[in-house]
Amino acid sequence: MSRATRPGALIAALLLALIVAAALVVPWLSPYDYATPAWTEIFRSPTVSGGHPFGTDSLGRDLLVRVMWGCRISLLVGIAASLLSVLIGVCWGALAGYAGGRLDGVLMRTVDVLYAIPFIPFVIVLEVAFGRNFLLVFVAIGAVSWLDIARIVRGQTLAIREQEYIEAARALGVRTTTMLRRHVLPNLVGLVAAYATLAIPGVILFEALLSFLGLGVHPPLASLGSLVAEGANEMQAHPYLLVLPAGFLAAIILCLNRLGDALRESLDPRGDGDGHD
Amino acid sequence: MGAFLLRRLATAIPTLLLIATLAFMLLHLTPGGPFDSDKVLVPQIQHAIEARYHLDEPLWRQYLRYLGELAHGDFGPSFQYRNTSVNELIAQGLPVDAAIGGVAMLIAILCGGGAGLVAATRPGGWRDRLPMGMAMLGISIPVFVTAPLLILVFAMRLHWLPSGDWVAGSWRHLLLPALALALPHTAYIARIVRAAAIEALAQPYIRTAIAKGLPTHVIVLRHALRPTLVPLVSFLGPALAGVLTGSIVVEQVFGLPGIGRLFVTGALNRDYTVVTGITVLYGALIIGFNLLVDLCYAWLDPRVRARA
Amino acid sequence: MTEPSAPLLQLRALSVDYARAGRELRAVNAVDLDLHAGECLGIVGESGSGKTQLLLALLGLNGAPARISGSIRYHGTELVDASAAQLGSIRGRRIALVSQDPMSALNPYLRIATQLTEGARRQLRLGRRAAWARAAELLALVQIDAPAERMRCYPHELSGGMRQRVTIAMALMSGPEVLLLDEPTTALDVTVQAQVLAVLRTVRERTGVATLMVTHDLGALAAMAGRVAVMYAGRLVELAGAQQLYGMPRHPYTAGLLRSLPRLDRPLPTRLPAIGGQPPDLADLPAGCAFSPRCPLAFGACAAPPALRPLSPGHLLACHYEGAPAAVAAAWR
Repeated sequence: MSRATRPGALIAALLLALIVAAALVVPWLSPYDYATPAWTEIFRSPTVSGGHPFGTDSLGRDLLVRVMWGCRISLLVGIAASLLSVLIGVCWGALAGYAGGRLDGVLMRTVDVLYAIPFIPFVIVLEVAFGRNFLLVFVAIGAVSWLDIARIVRGQTLAIREQEYIEAARALGVRTTTMLRRHVLPNLVGLVAAYATLAIPGVILFEALLSFLGLGVHPPLASLGSLVAEGANEMQAHPYLLVLPAGFLAAIILCLNRLGDALRESLDPRGDGDGHD
Repeated sequence: MGAFLLRRLATAIPTLLLIATLAFMLLHLTPGGPFDSDKVLVPQIQHAIEARYHLDEPLWRQYLRYLGELAHGDFGPSFQYRNTSVNELIAQGLPVDAAIGGVAMLIAILCGGGAGLVAATRPGGWRDRLPMGMAMLGISIPVFVTAPLLILVFAMRLHWLPSGDWVAGSWRHLLLPALALALPHTAYIARIVRAAAIEALAQPYIRTAIAKGLPTHVIVLRHALRPTLVPLVSFLGPALAGVLTGSIVVEQVFGLPGIGRLFVTGALNRDYTVVTGITVLYGALIIGFNLLVDLCYAWLDPRVRARA
Repeated sequence: MTEPSAPLLQLRALSVDYARAGRELRAVNAVDLDLHAGECLGIVGESGSGKTQLLLALLGLNGAPARISGSIRYHGTELVDASAAQLGSIRGRRIALVSQDPMSALNPYLRIATQLTEGARRQLRLGRRAAWARAAELLALVQIDAPAERMRCYPHELSGGMRQRVTIAMALMSGPEVLLLDEPTTALDVTVQAQVLAVLRTVRERTGVATLMVTHDLGALAAMAGRVAVMYAGRLVELAGAQQLYGMPRHPYTAGLLRSLPRLDRPLPTRLPAIGGQPPDLADLPAGCAFSPRCPLAFGACAAPPALRPLSPGHLLACHYEGAPAAVAAAWR
């Protein structure tokens, strides 16, 4: 099975690299920008010869540039918020797993309670209360999506803590903080990398959902979610406005999910173990 | 088992209290109020309205009043829909979401569970790769993309089904939204069931069962099904709670009068009671379904029963 | 030993091959072996010697990546490449298996009674009551007190030794002719091991079931087996009556295994000797005798693979060494 995974993951990585490169380069090379309306160019169908390979939207803006900006925003939010949630989750989980006892109980009970808090409504209420704010979007997402990572890291830390070399280090009188840094954290890196890769698409989807509901980025700036929302309004007459940004969104999510799965499988000791007899 | 239920109830109440408090404080402490509209009201009228909803009282009195009502199962009056209580609004919206969510989860369990089981019997073969590739697509394409696409194809181009609106009891109006909602859940369930079934079928006790000469269907149904259901059940608990309180996207795209839209418009209009009420309802459903999940664990696994 | 004319089980050139991560490996390599009615044949070897794979091959339980070739005849019926229906009628009913780890061999989700009776109810067409009665009888045979109560238990409510005795009773439910034991005592505490071995001896006395017992523990075999086969790197290297094999081993590997066994009839050495080196990598075997890199008696001829040859009636050996038998045991000192 693992042999079958690798070409898929490789294709996903290549495709993702291509999209990232395009998102970085295209708006910079293109004569159009994402914001300026062009009233004579409204709803041009996608043609290569006409200068608008993705067509134009209801304000005559070049859809290619807008989709590339959408990719930039989505990826930026996804990576930044995932980093934040990984940071919180790793510290919280490693502390709980390493400290054990009462502190562990308190920390993990907090996670349990936070799990019961409705996540999407919470962010929507925040958004409404403080107004639409680009920074707030990813702080809010990052601050509430660390729960899974905290649980995973705690579980792993507990498992690692039981291993003998930690006992040996403790017996040698190594200090707790040194031990966390030197022994516990490095073991978690691979696992956290895999889950962070899987967290990014989740965050991107969530930002897209907020933008779709009109709670994300401010127009004229576009994220893939707001582009899909705009496209959905025009889809009867101009389906490309929906299909193109939706395609890019799906492709990014698909690639990240594929990569995350492949990473996790490669770390899973049961993945292609050799135990027989 | 009685002690177990009591213990769970004892932790559920503080959790709900915390959720209610958080939602209440978040809404009341942030700038803006339900009656700060663009058109300037005559101060007397504004005062009269605020007095009617006790918004002129100090915050702690409003909070205690709200908790008192909540303890009686009363979510209070809506600010935005005059003369309608939040309980009535929820009672109107819940059947819509329950119908769509119920059908969606049924589709998801049947299709996803079936696909996962088929994939698990021959891992690596085309019967595994094909459904799992589709499941990967299913979890990667968000509902707000598939829902408009479903409308575009089945309503606008093929004219098979209506594109939206809600007619109680009409399965034609129910089908597209249920399908849109079912797709990601189907994909998740297929992945969960596949992984669980592969693990269950690799257990040594399955080899024991084969060595007894039992036929395949007995081995799968009697020996492998229960361990496969355990992770599925833990997914279904929160998923059902989410589906019952309404998919905001599905309701928005199909124009359905469900709880999700009620929540979003409530949040946009600072309809405190609606937002807090739905939040508490969601929390209560999550807690309730998680309790059901734990009861299912105990029913499925005798070792859990022994510990409870 | 008077041997009946036709063996119950007849293995000829039996091989089990695996392809793993692009490497071909042969877990069982062209083994010939007979099992006669009522006898107990032991198979010993280190882990990786292929003994468990051989046992699983008899019931077609090796799993999807394994390829079985050669011939396994049960009463003359070929089992290699038998249909699922044919195997289904043999498994449990004619040839039954007791697995190594009683913790994982029993399904934790089902009551003992269900697991005990499900095979016999189907294969012997027993009713519920009859199957329960038979199960209770067999639980009593494996020395489980209050069988009726135990049958209502789940596996986690029983001790390890009790679970292993339940799996033995379970294997006997359909009245098989052959009992396959896969390291039946390895996962157990030492005191419980003795208990389980005693139960196995009682079972054999009462039922006369032919037994094929795989283990790496020569001590456990000594009390059970009439004949012992020694496997190394997938091949049979020595086969002899237990008396002969324990008394005068002819293969240096057998002698080494015996030397690492504590003996009650001799003063205990300060430390138990072990066979040096590592078990071979099955995907990368030495060209000649697979044991030669670890063998104290290896010489030039060992660069060619030794054939299994008869030494005396009932004693087979695959070794090039032709010196004095006593020198084989002496070589490890």
